Amino acid sequence: MIAAATRYQRASDVDHALELLGEPDAKAIAGGQSLIPVMKLRIARPSVVVDISRLELCGVEEREGALHIGPLTTWAELAATDPPAGLDAIPECAREIGDVQVRNLGTIGGSIVHADPASDMPAVLLALGASLEIRSTDGSRDVALADVFLGPFTTALGGQELVTDVVVPLPAPGSGSAYASVEHPASGFALVGAAALVGPAGETVALTGVAATPFVLDGDPQNAIAAAEIFGDRFASEEYRRDLASVVAERALASARERSDA
Amino acid sequence: MSDTVSVVVNGEPRSLEVEGRTLLVHALRDGLGLTGTHIGCDTSQCGACTVLLDGRAVKSCTVLAHQAEDREITTIEGLAANGELHPLQRAFVEHHGLQCGFCTPGVILTAADLLSRDASPSDETIRHALRGNLCRCTGYQGIVESIRAAGGTS
Repeated sequence: MIAAATRYQRASDVDHALELLGEPDAKAIAGGQSLIPVMKLRIARPSVVVDISRLELCGVEEREGALHIGPLTTWAELAATDPPAGLDAIPECAREIGDVQVRNLGTIGGSIVHADPASDMPAVLLALGASLEIRSTDGSRDVALADVFLGPFTTALGGQELVTDVVVPLPAPGSGSAYASVEHPASGFALVGAAALVGPAGETVALTGVAATPFVLDGDPQNAIAAAEIFGDRFASEEYRRDLASVVAERALASARERSDA
Repeated sequence: MSDTVSVVVNGEPRSLEVEGRTLLVHALRDGLGLTGTHIGCDTSQCGACTVLLDGRAVKSCTVLAHQAEDREITTIEGLAANGELHPLQRAFVEHHGLQCGFCTPGVILTAADLLSRDASPSDETIRHALRGNLCRCTGYQGIVESIRAAGGTS
């Protein structure tokens, strides 16, 4: 289908982007790999698309105890990144997202704010304890990723806010991380995805694809999966997804343990 | 309401008259008559519309024409040089890499991106790279053999 009529504006910097986003029903576009498909379905009918893809918010840098990932960093760039110790789950996950064409354009920031409940990378970022730096015309704020996802395709970001940094704390020395998933064979989205971080402080597992938002498992992973609110749909029943979550979480944990000194 | 967008297509500077919502694939096909870029699914899944944007494979049905401004686009029409088929095109002929040919332009441009990063990819790497290109003739074996052969020669 042809997208509804819209105007196109290219932002010259973050402040300009925020100003343009002040128009009602404006929408930021980066790689467009989530937004353009929903525009073609006319689920999204922005009055204006504000192109932020040429802003300098890309690249991966290690500083002050954290890995800073520019929100415009593409999956292809992340897949090719040699990560700091303990963060192998990031390129491992990026390599399997979508396909080559999607990874060449799709960005980590765009994916986060699209908030598809079956998106892969949020599970990794949640297990790693990531946070976002979010800019508005009033200044910037830091928000833990766990507080960003409010529901399917719904985040805590205001219409006139932009993610300007994805901050992943460096894990304790000797830690290992991993991502495992079972995908829907046609869409490639996760039926269940699990990310694990294993280190001296213990083990953390986060799931995606099984609930309204990705989430971190509280306490023993298997008990938490048994108690979690998990949805079923025409592709996989609730019971099947719960069983699969047990298996995929164990796979991620086993792989993360192998990469850790624990 | 339309705007003029300057792009470089197959090495030639071109102007596109586009709306805000115009997709790159429509600008290429309807605006420039480059109908080698096929529309298969229109839902970002099949990869038939794949072109190179600054050398990287993208689905032109999932790029706004405006976003390609001042960038270099290569379509299937631009691969052959001086009347000589590109090594990938020759390999597809020699190794039976196509049946009906509908998906072929997209497959070849995806393969061109792959070979630019990895000159001699393994079969596993080739298959991983082809995940975003659907062939309804189920001709994947011939496609993989063609790309493997082109990798050895180009």
